[in-house]
Amino acid sequence: MVVLDIETEDGQREALRRMLTIRAFDTKAADLFSDGELPGFVHLYVGEEAVGVGACSALESDDYITSTHRGHGHCIAKGLDPDLMMAELFGKANGYCNGKGGSMHIADVDAGMLGANGIVGAGPPLATGAALTSHLKGEDTVALAFFGDGAVAQGQVHEAINLAATWDLPAVFLVENNQYGEATPVEKQHNVQNLSETAEAYNIPGFTVDGMDITAVYEAVKEARKRAADGEGPTFIEAETYRYHGHFEGDQQPYRTEEDVAIWKDRDAIETFKRRLVDAGTITEDEFDEMKAEIDQQIEDAVGKAKDAAYPDPSEAYEDMFNAAVPEISDFSSGMRADGGEDR
Amino acid sequence: MSTETSSGTGPDRTEEMTIREAIRLALREELDRDDDVFVMGEDVGAFGGVYEVTGDLVEQFGEERVRDTPISEAGFMGAAVGAAATGTRPVVEIMFSDFIGVCSEQIINQMAKNRYMFGGKTEMPVTVRTTEGGGSGAASQHSGTIHTWFAHFPGVMAVAPATPASAKGLLKSAIRSDDPVIVFENKQIYEQKGEVPLDDDFTIPIGTASVEREGEDVTVVATQRMVGESLELAEELAGQTSVEVVDLRSLYPMDTETLVESVKKTGRLVIADESPLSYGTHAEVATRVMENAFYSLDAPIQRVGVADVHIPFSPALEEEVLPHGSDVEAAINRIV
Repeated sequence: MVVLDIETEDGQREALRRMLTIRAFDTKAADLFSDGELPGFVHLYVGEEAVGVGACSALESDDYITSTHRGHGHCIAKGLDPDLMMAELFGKANGYCNGKGGSMHIADVDAGMLGANGIVGAGPPLATGAALTSHLKGEDTVALAFFGDGAVAQGQVHEAINLAATWDLPAVFLVENNQYGEATPVEKQHNVQNLSETAEAYNIPGFTVDGMDITAVYEAVKEARKRAADGEGPTFIEAETYRYHGHFEGDQQPYRTEEDVAIWKDRDAIETFKRRLVDAGTITEDEFDEMKAEIDQQIEDAVGKAKDAAYPDPSEAYEDMFNAAVPEISDFSSGMRADGGEDR
Repeated sequence: MSTETSSGTGPDRTEEMTIREAIRLALREELDRDDDVFVMGEDVGAFGGVYEVTGDLVEQFGEERVRDTPISEAGFMGAAVGAAATGTRPVVEIMFSDFIGVCSEQIINQMAKNRYMFGGKTEMPVTVRTTEGGGSGAASQHSGTIHTWFAHFPGVMAVAPATPASAKGLLKSAIRSDDPVIVFENKQIYEQKGEVPLDDDFTIPIGTASVEREGEDVTVVATQRMVGESLELAEELAGQTSVEVVDLRSLYPMDTETLVESVKKTGRLVIADESPLSYGTHAEVATRVMENAFYSLDAPIQRVGVADVHIPFSPALEEEVLPHGSDVEAAINRIV
């Protein structure tokens, strides 16, 4: 895999590729969901690509991230395989979680992805814990928590940042302020102008950056990662961004107008980054079109493979609860539907 | 280690100690054995724990591995989950089980579910120690017995020691387990003494009950403080009624086989546990016995617990609601 390092031209093209992959993946997921092909809920990252890719490009490959219910973008940014992600969205046996997690729980701990998370605000304490492991073992890994503006109002997020700050842990807290906590605008949920102001309460640096600009996100996270790795503790970064889709697919979005969305689409992160790379001669328009077509095809193929893949055997429902064998699970699952047998 | 109070030699050597000391010994041995183990909680370091369980561990292992936390259960419980997923083995102390409410999200939605949700691709070696039980005049928010919540909730193992030996053996198994285990310690019996194996590798497998006293007429399946009180009662009743006392020890998974064998022998069952009675630990024991030994039962199963109220403050009220050996005796008298 090409290293995601936007200080090199190869790395810049890789960053653009991942942003396009996120957009293609989630745009396809929207279509599949509206066609009734995907079970469950999907929350899409379209519009926020610069945050996930910018942040992950500032991390080392063995660093950890925690994610949110809107996690597909973080997965792709961290280098997860869209084929296995799509398989998971379809609930297939070869998906990242063998079909047990779905859209909201894709994880790949070995790749440093500690899980999308269906509970708003649950990720930051996990990142604090991953940073604690790094601290206790004297490793040089850093843990970055992605969380939304809505999560900033959660008590456990405060606790996680306070712990990491008090213990000088190698953590980075990155708020994706996409302007709405579900259907309620951010200004109706918080009493500060910028969410990064809350950093003052922990005596750690806090910055608000343009989340539609991958370079701005990258620079901020790079600096935060350095602080973390140098033992200087966590940083709180707010990335101002926007989700083009609703909170969930099917959201009628009465809380905003098409004009509101258009303002942000005019500052589209992919378009901005692409223009910058074209101007610098890093990529041509033709090469961009080629890259985009290739990615669209890759996602089409991922869908095809996911549809063809096998569902897990129903008996798999009773696996993976514990490392140890627990007799209850096997006894109950086999006994509940058994016939009376000879004792009856 | 004083030889005066030890008995036996070599790996079978034992020493009399309290449950509090047995827990501390288990922590000391496991911290010593495995650098990935660390202890974390409120005042577990220099202060030694509010019930003096962690004691002097910080002096031996330092503040990094015997880690004081802010009063921040959700934060450090979640941190334990993240730490466990990335290669350490946290042992978290939640000072009172009544406080688990403030961090139950991290227990039920993260610790208990991650392994399953991720298709088995992560381990979750978290041990949570917490205190339960009334009898201190501490009122409703510091006296509860809540282990049924977590014995019920899929993805968590739950154990509840009643003796110094099981306190050591169960905690060591919990710490060595790659699964999340909550150890429910009844705070009224921390001073209870008993012989404890000194072997560094002495463990008690999670999922095993223990027949603490054999008998013929009735089985008492008890937990925590009720084990000791039931054993005292059995002694008092000896010659009159032969009582078999089984220490349940492991709430989940549960050693159905030992319970069923006992009831098949005695034909009668009393279940004594300090949980509120409705939907309690008693109900699960009773159900398993009925499913597997229905035709061996000679009398209705009896339950001894708390009558669905909180633990009140006034000594007069607290004494009224807490179950005791006398309640077990009344239950036995109803069916024998």
